[in-house]
Amino acid sequence: MLKAAFAGAALLCATTLSYAHGFTVGDLTIQHPWARATAPAAKNAGAFMLIKTTKDDQLVKVDSDIAEKTELHEMKMADGVMKMSPIASLPVTVAAPAKLAPGGYHVMLLGLKRPLVAGEKFPLKLTFAKGGVVEVQVKVEDMTYQPKDDAHSGH
Amino acid sequence: MTVYMRCLLSLFSLLAAALLLSACAKKLTFQGSDISDSQIGQNFTLQDQHGKPRQLSDFQGKVVVLFFGYTSCPDVCPTTLAELRTSMQQLGDAAKEVQVLFVSVDPERDTPQLLAQYVPAFNPSFIGLTGSKAQIDETVKAFRAVYQKQGNGPHYTVDHTAGTYLIDRNGQTRVLVNYGAGAAVFTHDIRQLLEQ
Ligand SMILES: [Cu+2]
Repeated sequence: MLKAAFAGAALLCATTLSYAHGFTVGDLTIQHPWARATAPAAKNAGAFMLIKTTKDDQLVKVDSDIAEKTELHEMKMADGVMKMSPIASLPVTVAAPAKLAPGGYHVMLLGLKRPLVAGEKFPLKLTFAKGGVVEVQVKVEDMTYQPKDDAHSGH
Repeated sequence: MTVYMRCLLSLFSLLAAALLLSACAKKLTFQGSDISDSQIGQNFTLQDQHGKPRQLSDFQGKVVVLFFGYTSCPDVCPTTLAELRTSMQQLGDAAKEVQVLFVSVDPERDTPQLLAQYVPAFNPSFIGLTGSKAQIDETVKAFRAVYQKQGNGPHYTVDHTAGTYLIDRNGQTRVLVNYGAGAAVFTHDIRQLLEQ
């Protein structure tokens, strides 16, 4: 009985933990903002996350101190070539959360001032049309990290 | 039925079985796109992350996995290299007969030193290749791939062919695996080529 209770508590903790890396401000929830660690001399990186909302909104601006330029990007496949281009805004609706994931949208960090080291975090400012500014801590994952649940969601 | 006829019959069935077997051995089915007839990908000369000259023919006898990219690539390259890392783990011992080559399409920034910080981080056996712009252009052309620098100044990005080429032990390009196909597709198609 006691054992079962402990197991239950442990399970609860584990469940809580897996959602621990998220940020909720007003109507907006930003889940697991992450980036891959970079080679020491690499210049660019992408940051990914899932943005949910309880009121339709739009992500209109991204800022960070870690790179010289921070942009919102879209990836599109054209004739076997993956093309990346800046976009002005990204809708976040109650029906469709904004998924920033490999193969789709990402926050582009251009001209990294220092390499991204696995285990570290860096701040990223997201500006929403209605929700205002939300600051999140982007978790730097291993260079070899592959998101499990949303690996190919960008297609 | 006479003994003679029975003997003939079993001989026929043996022959049929043998034919069927040999047909099976030749017919490879890939999960990626079969580009065996395209005749693409010729020998190239580039430098690896230690500055050592490398040619495609150096890897004859191994199944070569070739991918174009650059170290400042935010998405496609680390995703593909991470999938290949997983695939090598799935292949286990057979991975020793596979050589992953990451060919840079960013010769301005991707020095051998930078490739050394990046490519082997995914798997110590992976080799990063770079060279002069002319050498890289020639290699890209040989594989009918493309790349295009985007933007000016130091923070430019490079659009490039996102597929991965699988080359058999004889140096013939056989399969093009699309971006995002996943490690299991690599493992399946590499196994097909290894068992060929
Ligand atoms: Cu980008």
